[in-house]
Amino acid sequence: MKNKSFEKYFVFTPYFWLVLFFLIPLAIIFKISISVSEWGMPPYQDIFLFDNGIKINTTFENYIYIFSDYYYIGSFVNSLILALISTFFCLFIGFPLAFYIATSNIRLRNILLVLVVIPFWSSFLLRVYAWKIILQNNGILNVILLNLGITSEPLQLLYNQYAVIMGIVYTYLPLMILPLYGYLNKFDLNLIEASKDLGLNRFKTFFKVILPLSVPGIIAGSLLVFIPVVGEFIIPEMLGGSDRLYYGKILWEEFFVNRNWPGASALAFSGIIILVLPIVIFQILYSRWSQKNEI
Amino acid sequence: MKSSLIKNTVIFLGLFFLYFPILVLIFYSFNENKRVMVWKGFSLRWYNELFNNEQIIEAFIISIKIAALSATFATILGVMIGYSLVRIRKIPFKSFYIFLSSTPLVLPELILGLSMLLFFISLNNVIGFPSSRGQLTIFISHVTFCIAFVAIIIQARLTDFNKNIEEAAMDLGYNYTKVLYKITFPIILPSVIAGWLLAFTISLDDLVVASFTTGPGANTLPIVVFSKVRLGLSPEVNALSAILMFALIIIGLFYFYFNKKFKH
Repeated sequence: MKNKSFEKYFVFTPYFWLVLFFLIPLAIIFKISISVSEWGMPPYQDIFLFDNGIKINTTFENYIYIFSDYYYIGSFVNSLILALISTFFCLFIGFPLAFYIATSNIRLRNILLVLVVIPFWSSFLLRVYAWKIILQNNGILNVILLNLGITSEPLQLLYNQYAVIMGIVYTYLPLMILPLYGYLNKFDLNLIEASKDLGLNRFKTFFKVILPLSVPGIIAGSLLVFIPVVGEFIIPEMLGGSDRLYYGKILWEEFFVNRNWPGASALAFSGIIILVLPIVIFQILYSRWSQKNEI
Repeated sequence: MKSSLIKNTVIFLGLFFLYFPILVLIFYSFNENKRVMVWKGFSLRWYNELFNNEQIIEAFIISIKIAALSATFATILGVMIGYSLVRIRKIPFKSFYIFLSSTPLVLPELILGLSMLLFFISLNNVIGFPSSRGQLTIFISHVTFCIAFVAIIIQARLTDFNKNIEEAAMDLGYNYTKVLYKITFPIILPSVIAGWLLAFTISLDDLVVASFTTGPGANTLPIVVFSKVRLGLSPEVNALSAILMFALIIIGLFYFYFNKKFKH
């Protein structure tokens, strides 16, 4: 008889941990998001009231409150636009880099790949902080611009949405390059030569051969950048100004400043439903679709 | 020849973009002046002040402790998940299992942090534990969101290597447990170390989840650094950056060494 009892522990130990510390916390967010808010500690009422039997005490007031106020919807839209723009720039910078790394010779390729990913290992917070130094009024970028005579007085580069985009593109770039490289690395470079031999010029080769083959990499990289950027809190807080409010900041303040727990929970749960769920479903559908098409 | 010029330029500009800010940070850490942006001369003054700053040193020790512990737990649980998904056929509600083990990767940290905090508060209301938040609650949260990263690395490694080796060992009379300890585990060991290093770095670097789940006596390094640089610049943080970046880059190099995936 084969001794397979350890398998049970292997499956159920992490199962137990994740249900307890991941699933239940998510359920609690949902529970609090449909609770009636009140002054006090904790600042919400229980969803079950026990006088003369059980009475269910829930409300969708918190969701209605969020979705009828432009302050909340607007910040959510701002975050989506920010994520879209940042993802585009990451792709715009990351694609040529990934492509040229993938087409280098093998020894150089590995060195370049490590060089690209290593900054990702150094502290996230400190890399954002570095941009704060660079973009100061008397920072290095302004000094260069002044000396080149492009501007006559220091530009206000920091504390606006452009600085935020800059910081995001910088910190998330490796997340875009890695999956792109993964897919570009797989395909046969002779295809490029073949298409050139068949008379396609550079642009046609790119749009008809290289781009279609790297679609899975583009999707994977874009998701890795897009999702965390929507919920990004640190970068707008360090580099951004008051010109734009973002989802992360609103959620943070709703909880810590306004002490509106049900409101913050409703914001968080809406974030999961609007953002994470469609992406999880998309990934499942996409992997099924690509599996089917490969056969 | 023209295309190789374009290629070299793109790679050079890309690497310049990635490394320039780090070099600027290191450069300014040697500035004598208290006003970070005005250069006054080369000095190790801020390194000296850094090592005498008790708040930062204490935060550093707390962070290392939490990171080492949560990386260890996350590695154990992550290896279990990776092994289960590749080698164990009968997992009850398998798609639910996959959902649980991969969703922490895509959930924004802010939502994760909020859910953990509300969970600990609710738990305290029900069973009276944990009565206050601190290192333990940060540790639990970090384990939870590091598991997925380790699981992915282990899963990739196990999918890579030939199952025949395990089956051959079994034919030669090893039982399941012995195969696991004598064959499977030694083969995946480099990936296990790589996973641990990744989890360690993620935990050390985390600000958002730690900010939600922290409490008295549990100010981690990112929390202290953030409080110092949120509104301005700090020469001590510059010095800290240089040291920390250097240390983390070394850890990163070790990670690549152990994670053989990148070698072919």
